[in-house]
Amino acid sequence: MALVSLRDVSKTYPPSSRNGSPVTAIDHVSLDVEEGDVYGIIGYSGAGKSTLVRLVNSLETVTSGSIQVDGIEVSDLRERELQKLRLGIGMIFQQFNLFSSKSVWKNIAYPLEVARTPKAEIMARVEELLSFVGLTDKAKNYPEQLSGGQKQRVGIARALATSPRILLADEATSALDPETTQEVLALLKRVNEEFGVTIIVITHEMDVIQTLATKVAVMDGGRVVEQGDVFDVFSRPREASSKRFVSTVVRGIPSPTELAVLRERHEGRIVTLSFRDGNTSQGDVFLRLAQAGIAFELVYGGINDIRGQVFGHLTLALRGDPPTIDAALADLATTVEITDLGITGDETGV
Amino acid sequence: MDDLIQLLPKLGQATVETLYIVALSLLFGGIGGLLVGLGLYTTRPGNLYSNRLVYGVINVIVNVFRPIPFIIFLAAAQPLARLVVGTGIGNTAIIFTLSLAATFGISRIVEQNLLTVQPGVIEAARSVGASRVRIIRTVVIPEALGPLLLGYTFVFVAIVDMSAVAGYVGGGGLGTFAIQYGYRQFNPIVTWAAVLVIILIVQAVQFFGNWLARKALRR
Ligand SMILES: Nc1ncnc2c1ncn2[C@@H]1O[C@H](COP(=O)(O)OP(=O)(O)OP(=O)(O)O)[C@@H](O)[C@H]1O
Ligand SMILES: [Mg+2]
Repeated sequence: MALVSLRDVSKTYPPSSRNGSPVTAIDHVSLDVEEGDVYGIIGYSGAGKSTLVRLVNSLETVTSGSIQVDGIEVSDLRERELQKLRLGIGMIFQQFNLFSSKSVWKNIAYPLEVARTPKAEIMARVEELLSFVGLTDKAKNYPEQLSGGQKQRVGIARALATSPRILLADEATSALDPETTQEVLALLKRVNEEFGVTIIVITHEMDVIQTLATKVAVMDGGRVVEQGDVFDVFSRPREASSKRFVSTVVRGIPSPTELAVLRERHEGRIVTLSFRDGNTSQGDVFLRLAQAGIAFELVYGGINDIRGQVFGHLTLALRGDPPTIDAALADLATTVEITDLGITGDETGV
Repeated sequence: MDDLIQLLPKLGQATVETLYIVALSLLFGGIGGLLVGLGLYTTRPGNLYSNRLVYGVINVIVNVFRPIPFIIFLAAAQPLARLVVGTGIGNTAIIFTLSLAATFGISRIVEQNLLTVQPGVIEAARSVGASRVRIIRTVVIPEALGPLLLGYTFVFVAIVDMSAVAGYVGGGGLGTFAIQYGYRQFNPIVTWAAVLVIILIVQAVQFFGNWLARKALRR
């Protein structure tokens, strides 16, 4: 049984004005998040990502379908039971949403007070969390005195205060610069690995998925258009929107305009070798080309590493005797996927 | 001038009376305004106790009564004062009517200031399982405390202003004093003495209110 399970979930907002039309933010979505997963949800603005996670802790109620958290049907819960459910689900936000009238210490203590934790325990727990997020010396400060990265660390500490099993992160790094983003992502990774917290991360940035997530769902217009292991989606995106997201971090097969530029600068037969299965060795491929007496030049592409699994697309310009090249490519085709982009001056290969 | 010296004890008594009327009106009107303001804020569509009907009703009541000039309201509410506090004249009646008028005025100020609280902060409190009552008590009000204190300071000055007409229904205070011993006796010095006391009270309270608000905002 998945820890969080959505079955055919839809959410429609009523029209905002009298003659407006209702907005279907979530459209028949099913997905399962297993205990220990870092589940990424990626999509463009308005795709319904925030709505989807807000359904999980019932900040928003479903229009139809079923959401189960740890086997409990969320939409059946009454206000009081919901409050208990929410103590087990932490949430962090793009704009941090810290209480500006409370000190860092009080912010982190807040969920514990809600849970009626004894005072001595609150003291100990807050100290522990402060040291976990590295803000022990900021306990007495107020949110306005912190940097964005520090604010989000307070947000994380607050979300973890009641030791929830699930953490929802809604664009948690979108307001941060790249370096701070990496810090916060590293912290979230520790939360997952050290405490075994299941994390659902929402983002529109593919590199957040690449660094953090184990599984990913791609959303478009309220639907999940593709889901699966991050490696699979990255190495073989099927849907147009998945391909676009993947292309933001993975240099794939050059587009026609890119190819034209490459042709101006490089001579020979241009081919793209796609490494997709995570264990084909580039070294082996290069060695075989060299042994066949083919001169090659790497002209485009890159190799990505997702949790130790390697994949990527390398575009090479090959020079040599055409039959030799044909033979070598036929040989390589057994281990890597080859896209033949043709010879400069000869467009027939495309 | 000699008149004024003779009238000093009366001026002192009038000052105490004004402070008494204003303090009690601010207390009752402040509590009433906070409750009605919270009602407006929480039942507003999309908020914690979102309820279009209740919001609409409170909103109309406030809109109807708030703009009535106080001196007219004082006369119009006399039967109600008689019903509730047993008398339509004197300081008790004026405190009752002032509290009522202040409730309407303050409720809008409270509503406006509460609306400045970021919805995200309320969402954060909901996400940790806080109940709605707890959110109002521990998040909404504390987050808006600075501007609320400034709003109440502003209202204090308005209540001092309104309390000056207490004489019309037999109440006392500095307004009554200035009319009775200054204006009617053609003695501007006495009038100006009352004005000076009012300026001092208002300045002191304004200063104190600003200080409190600054402390709440930690700036
Ligand atoms: N409270 C609401 N009332 C009405 N419509 C809403 C509400 N919240 C969201 N929507 C609509 O639902 C759709 C999905 O919104 P949502 O916030 O889930 O998107 P998102 O993927 O999180 O976008 P972003 O990346 O901009 O945060 C949008 O069309 C939005 O306008
Ligand atoms: Mg969003």
